[in-house]
Amino acid sequence: MEPVSTVRGKALPLDRPNVDTDQIIPAKHLKRIERTGYGPFAFEAWRSDPDFVLNNPAYDGARILISRQNFGSGSSREHAVWAIQGLGIDALIAPSFADIFKGNCLQGGVLTIELPDEDVDYLMARAEELPESELVVDLESQRVSTADGSWTRRFDIDPYKKHRLLRGLDDIGMTLAQEDDITAFEAGRDDAAYPRTEP
Amino acid sequence: MSEPKTLAGKVWDQHVVPGSPQEPSHLDAPGGAAAAQGERPDLLYIDLHLVHEVTSPQAFEGLRMAGRSVRRPDLTLATVDHNVPTIGRDQPNPDPVSATQIATLQGNAREFGIPLFDIFDIRQGIVHIIGPEQGYTQPGMTIVCGDSHTSTHGAFGSLAFGIGTSEVEHVLATQTLRQVRPKMMSVEVTGELGPGVTAKDVILAIIHRIGVHGGIGHIIEYRGDVIRALSMEGRMTVCNMSIEAGARAGLIAPDETTFAYMKGRPHIPGGEQWESALARWSELATDDGAAFDTEVTLDGSEIVPYVTWGTNPSQSVTVTDRVPDPQSMPTETQREATRRALEYMDLEAGTPIREIRIDRVFLGSCTNGRIEDLRSAAGVVAGRRVADGVRAMVVPGSGLVKRQAEQEGLDAVFTQAGFEWRDAGCSMCLGMNPDILLPGERSASTSNRNFEGRQGPGGRTHLVSPEMAAAAAIAGHFVDVREVMSWSR
Ligand code: SF4
Repeated sequence: MEPVSTVRGKALPLDRPNVDTDQIIPAKHLKRIERTGYGPFAFEAWRSDPDFVLNNPAYDGARILISRQNFGSGSSREHAVWAIQGLGIDALIAPSFADIFKGNCLQGGVLTIELPDEDVDYLMARAEELPESELVVDLESQRVSTADGSWTRRFDIDPYKKHRLLRGLDDIGMTLAQEDDITAFEAGRDDAAYPRTEP
Repeated sequence: MSEPKTLAGKVWDQHVVPGSPQEPSHLDAPGGAAAAQGERPDLLYIDLHLVHEVTSPQAFEGLRMAGRSVRRPDLTLATVDHNVPTIGRDQPNPDPVSATQIATLQGNAREFGIPLFDIFDIRQGIVHIIGPEQGYTQPGMTIVCGDSHTSTHGAFGSLAFGIGTSEVEHVLATQTLRQVRPKMMSVEVTGELGPGVTAKDVILAIIHRIGVHGGIGHIIEYRGDVIRALSMEGRMTVCNMSIEAGARAGLIAPDETTFAYMKGRPHIPGGEQWESALARWSELATDDGAAFDTEVTLDGSEIVPYVTWGTNPSQSVTVTDRVPDPQSMPTETQREATRRALEYMDLEAGTPIREIRIDRVFLGSCTNGRIEDLRSAAGVVAGRRVADGVRAMVVPGSGLVKRQAEQEGLDAVFTQAGFEWRDAGCSMCLGMNPDILLPGERSASTSNRNFEGRQGPGGRTHLVSPEMAAAAAIAGHFVDVREVMSWSR
């Protein structure tokens, strides 16, 4: 994974609560066996409405998406993250995210920033009124700010994930470095008490 | 004296691999990143990893690219369910992209030595149905799958949750997962259910109460007399939809009902081992005095059959009620969400639920595709006919559920009533295989999600219990199944 440090860009206001994974990427597009190529199908149904925010050229090139509570609810499909990355979005701001979706975002290097409702209200209104205005998300200092620095907030992130994202480390490689611990765990328990799937 | 623990806390603690990651040791240095808020994740050992065709191909590809193997193929089981046609399986798959995805799983299972319940295996079925059916799902285990409804397995007192494809790859390679310990929520359902009220209504009532985001960051333990009185099938229905309340997982302490269901299944130990397993499993309950972060109580005697009217599973009312008026919602966000949902669903505020006509009925899915679900629906259908203009289908959750139903003659009950009787799979639960709603079609569905387009672009889904779906199929519109129970045949 590429290291992640700062995301700077326009913000796309998607003012709806509970945006679910079936909207982000419909099931019929999950048949492919690759990780790429989902961007064109992101929000497919909503995009057929010419007034949908993604169809507004003022937001072309946006790198940040702002939405409401429980963004990414529903399925575990990581394709939802791949679809959002396919739109060029690298950071999401909302009052809350669905758990599995949030985990998937961090795996793929998409930052999920949880802010209180009033801050999201402010950023949503700002993005709607001033589409050209940019936000800056800085992972090291855990801050999201307007480009002119007049407004800034701190956000939380699990320190382990932060470390990993900043350095672009391979999660599996890090766990495999602990292989002795895993082997010791297996040896230390009654392995026979657990069912085997082999016939 | 050790601290009293919750059931989920016990299972969690038993699976934490001691030791800490070598690399980020500087996290603990003064002023280092450890100054950041947030808890450090635990490395959790995984006892069972279920795999299906949709969320696994990129994970296997990742292993191949890194030259890694599967650490414990003997704790891994694969099946095909989401993308398989439910009729005409002896014919070539009409969709070449789906065919490739299925063939990819077959190839990966061979290459990495993972057992696969393939398309013609009688044990093939929806991943959350086959685990319990085969006795792979047992109390106190950690179970994961690249699928959000993995919470189903929590009905046995196991800690079971959905993961994404990168995490699937992580589990394949390491048999572990790095996870921050969630908060604990108790949902207690007291009293007794009335006639015609099912586990599906219980979980719809719970989601209605706590909302689709109410469970975020939590594991829910379902407790109380109503939960204790549910069958294992009913408990699986409840745990299955934990994710629809936003919860990471849902679980129920094992008891005599659990043990009776498990006994004699293929992978359940017998003889002396059964006795020692029982002793171990009986310890799996929340200790008196254990603290939950959040507690919710519902009175089971007040629950009645539910029907969803909107585009998320919390947007529901009882069958005797009416489609709500957006103006009656407390916040502007909710008013707007309700307006949007009613527009998508093509419903007028104030319409009695019982006047909503339907085009399609889907009986199946990992929520309600088990034998007991088919039996109860067949009980409503027997000797009656599907209403003119309604297309209804039954899709058993597994090949074995199908065979069992046929042995009991349920297939004949359904087909004589005009239902289609199909092969096992996810089918019309998600618009991924050939079974989909056409734009504008309205369904009564026993599945778990009524999101826009979930059952096919432009399709409109109302979630209900199997009995309610069966009754709607006969009437052509929603009816209160409690009245149907007194219909004369
Ligand atoms: S039946 Fe539906 S919810 Fe269950 S695993 Fe299949 S697609 Fe997912």
